[in-house]
Amino acid sequence: MPAQSAALALEDIRVTFVSQDGDRYTALRDTTLRVAPGEFVSVVGPTGCGKSTLLNVAVGLLAPSAGSVRVFGQPLAGLNRKAGYLFQTEALMPWRTALANVTAGLEFRGVESAQALVQGKSWLQRVGLAGFENRYPHQLSGGMRKRVALAQTLILDPEIILMDEPFSALDIQTRQLMENELLELWSANRKSVVFITHDLEEAISLSDRVVVLAAGPESHPIGEFAIDLPRPRDVAEIRLTPRFIELHTKIWHAMKAEVLKSYARQQKQ
Amino acid sequence: MPGSRSNKLALRLWQLALFAAVLVLWYVATSPTLLPPIYFDDPNKAAFFFGEPLRVAARIWDWFSRGSIYPHLWVTLVETALAFAIGTVFGLVVGLWLALSPTASALLDPYIKAVNSMPRVILAPIFGVWFGLGIASKVALGVTLVFFIVFFNVYQGVREVSYTVLANARILGASDRQLLRHVYVPSAMSWVFASLHNSVGLAFVGAVVGEYLGSSRGVGYLILQAEGTFDINSVFAGIVVLTAFALLLDWVVTIAERRLLVWQPRGGETEKI
Repeated sequence: MPAQSAALALEDIRVTFVSQDGDRYTALRDTTLRVAPGEFVSVVGPTGCGKSTLLNVAVGLLAPSAGSVRVFGQPLAGLNRKAGYLFQTEALMPWRTALANVTAGLEFRGVESAQALVQGKSWLQRVGLAGFENRYPHQLSGGMRKRVALAQTLILDPEIILMDEPFSALDIQTRQLMENELLELWSANRKSVVFITHDLEEAISLSDRVVVLAAGPESHPIGEFAIDLPRPRDVAEIRLTPRFIELHTKIWHAMKAEVLKSYARQQKQ
Repeated sequence: MPGSRSNKLALRLWQLALFAAVLVLWYVATSPTLLPPIYFDDPNKAAFFFGEPLRVAARIWDWFSRGSIYPHLWVTLVETALAFAIGTVFGLVVGLWLALSPTASALLDPYIKAVNSMPRVILAPIFGVWFGLGIASKVALGVTLVFFIVFFNVYQGVREVSYTVLANARILGASDRQLLRHVYVPSAMSWVFASLHNSVGLAFVGAVVGEYLGSSRGVGYLILQAEGTFDINSVFAGIVVLTAFALLLDWVVTIAERRLLVWQPRGGETEKI
């Protein structure tokens, strides 16, 4: 796929952090990632391999040391206005109710409040939280807060959805429910998704394509796998199919050495 | 738990008993007739130095029944409220400004530290000279006390805004002005509310100390007057009224806090569905 026609194109990205005492740390090097419109791409890799860094570059929170970011062919300057971002940690405003959190983006964009409320309620309903409009984040469970965050991002109808291990803090059952809901929402209105995870099964069951990153530092893609599993999928059931297991074995084979490298590095520290 | 309610009741009874015991001790030790003069050569001297509980109570009753204390209480209340309001607004504005402007904060840092470590009550006589003996000088003193509490809390509040919440709001499209209004201010306000008890208390201290050092009205003035005539019972009566008033203010603050900070989890709150 040429960079021009991609929804999101990261070209030869290099990210080097410089600490205050002049220490350099290169999180990513020679990283190219192109995501087609409507494509669901997962990025997997061992902990500390710069997955989040990659996403921060894509959304414009972090400027790369070298390389370029293009959004629908246009070079990215500042924040990526076409992207929505689902954070790994709590990102809801604790002083706003669920509904006010969902409508925050519309409010910031100057949408009339009556209209924003209607849309917000409909989105809360879509993520299964009808009746919880007036709850504050601390009154919701972890899974419910994730749903609010999902609605908060999707209500703006972003062309590109960036997700940074959004479900990693949830228990396994809630997680599979959320994954299925995500797939349902996504297939109803196909946008480009970059989904970061360290969980290979999650990556395969959700995606059209899985990109494997090497262990950090100087992480870079070491493999790319097309996932040809049929849709619609049920994330719990698809894990039991032979093709899934075949893909899992193949990708795990590529990942294993990197995971061990990353583990050894952590043991040393 | 079945036992906790009766335990609580027992605790309350013991607290009341302690209070009664202190009052009795005070009464017995200062009464000219009950105890032989142990320390003082004159049986009336203990009462002169420590007052007598019954007379203190009678004085308070007298103030309230004849209504002579209300104008004084009112003045003290107005001073407290003004000092609190002005100090809070001022602290909020300066706190936000310095927290969001690293240059200004770096420039002013040593001066803020210096002014904060200065015993600011000592400014009361100067304020008396600047603003006269009316309400203004007491409000000014209260403001200097409240300002720093609020200022430091706002400063902290802005610094502690979660990076994720901030980044998320920016990605959702918030402009700098919207970030200030929807992220920084609410976050800072939670810290301000957390310090509400402190700042209201200090506004009150500013008002009373200001009155005590020179005024023509207020509860502090009453106490000063009574001291001038060695009327120790009135001094104690004034102190009791001030204490009751401070407790009342604290209670009002607690109520306000509950209403304003509904979004914050409280200890023991387990409602999660």
